[in-house]
Amino acid sequence: MYEFDWSSIPGAIPLLLKGMLITLEISAVAIVVGIAWGTVLAVARISGVGILSKLAALYVNLFRSVPLIMVILWFYLITPELIRAIFGAGIGDIRLASALVAFALFEAAYYSEIIRAGIQSVPRGQMSAGLALGFTPGQTMRRIILPQAFRNMVPLLLTQAIILFQDTSLVYVIGLSDFFGTAYKVGDRDGRLVELLLFAGLVYFVICFTASRIVKRLQARYAID
Amino acid sequence: MQLIEIQNISKWYGEFQVLTECSTSVAKGEVVVVCGPSGSGKSTLIKCVNALEPFQTGNITVNGISLSDKKTNLPKLRSRVGMVFQNFELFPHMTIIENMTIAQEKVLGRSKEDALTKGHALLKRVGLVEQTNKFPGQLSGGQQQRVAIARALAMDPMCMLFDEPTSALDPEMVNEVLDVMVALAEEGMTMMCVTHEMGFARKVANRVVFMDRGRIVEDAHKDEFFGSPRSERAQEFLSKILSH
Ligand SMILES: Nc1ncnc2c1ncn2[C@@H]1O[C@H](COP(=O)(O)OP(=O)(O)OP(=O)(O)O)[C@@H](O)[C@H]1O
Ligand SMILES: [Mg+2]
Repeated sequence: MYEFDWSSIPGAIPLLLKGMLITLEISAVAIVVGIAWGTVLAVARISGVGILSKLAALYVNLFRSVPLIMVILWFYLITPELIRAIFGAGIGDIRLASALVAFALFEAAYYSEIIRAGIQSVPRGQMSAGLALGFTPGQTMRRIILPQAFRNMVPLLLTQAIILFQDTSLVYVIGLSDFFGTAYKVGDRDGRLVELLLFAGLVYFVICFTASRIVKRLQARYAID
Repeated sequence: MQLIEIQNISKWYGEFQVLTECSTSVAKGEVVVVCGPSGSGKSTLIKCVNALEPFQTGNITVNGISLSDKKTNLPKLRSRVGMVFQNFELFPHMTIIENMTIAQEKVLGRSKEDALTKGHALLKRVGLVEQTNKFPGQLSGGQQQRVAIARALAMDPMCMLFDEPTSALDPEMVNEVLDVMVALAEEGMTMMCVTHEMGFARKVANRVVFMDRGRIVEDAHKDEFFGSPRSERAQEFLSKILSH
């Protein structure tokens, strides 16, 4: 019978916290950039401008047809030079930088599909009403359509954020010490892999379960009006 | 002077021709009612007037400005042409007063105070000043449509377009909206109204345009239209609608 020994966890807390910060950083950047870039893609896709909407569709379908873990690896292996060239030499850990870029671009594809559905859930007459008042199509999208679309989408966007938060653990493939990566390394070092991974799993569970409860609440609230 | 001049316009959706060589006009201060059976192209025609729908041939001018001219600033033109929709189309995420002011501020560049003053004055005029801070979803259909009319008027339009403004309303709310429209007509507003409210047409219309299958079949002074419609289709339509 396996003898549990949790004693290496308390000492590892500072390291684990540092790992959690990286996990949160990747999640936050992927959510913010993913939603912003995803909105651009969604608007491009339904713009009716042939070339724009085809390019956006190609982008979305490409990223949605490839496993995330491969995207993370590609960006790490292929683009460090490019990333350095764009963001300058002072970006620090190239693994983190490439993971941030990979997640943001990958999540944007998923967010854009959610946002596209949200935009299409707004009645068409709203666009006509905006145009009839003298707004340009762009202004109508920004001031009239998108605010309503995002209201309808809040629960789905948050659900996607929860999935994304869990998926950040995949950065272990490029040796990045996020929360999961740190737990793994500490467990490996101390010969207590089982305990550390159980503990890490519990932490993920608590965070995600709490977040999904909050989403349920929001859903109920938005459903009323 | 003709404020709205529709010259021989035709429009297709793919193979399907929705409008066939439609011509009519609305003079300044005139009220023209457009009617006809469902699917005859009334909404399409009226949406062509403020370029919400493109058309392939013919031309429309509004206040002398040609819609087919590539140089025409369509948003600017639309800002001066009021439009009221069947389903109100208030912005549900904004309060009533925000609905009234947003385009005044962001399109016409009015100051916030000016926009609010104008908004309140118009809400008062349509009898809804107590609803200022509510959201559209909290108002009845009739109230929402009155706000929609006030919202259009806030832009100081040179003419107003109505697309079946009362047909989504419960019967007991039709009159409150028609009353606002009648008052507007009596003040001399230039109006083009798609409606089946023949009482309204008799009261304030100058002319009635009757459409059938994408064509303007009859375009007559209202007395002539109600007295002795020339086309069989219009007679049929009138007898059907009046017997209701
Ligand atoms: N986007 C579209 N694509 C294809 N056909 C369309 C489109 N919009 C309208 N039509 C068709 O064009 C015709 C005219 O439509 P329109 O809405 O102008 O009629 P209407 O006279 O306003 O009818 P109603 O009284 O029902 O409002 C109809 O046969 C309709 O099916
Ligand atoms: Mg119609």
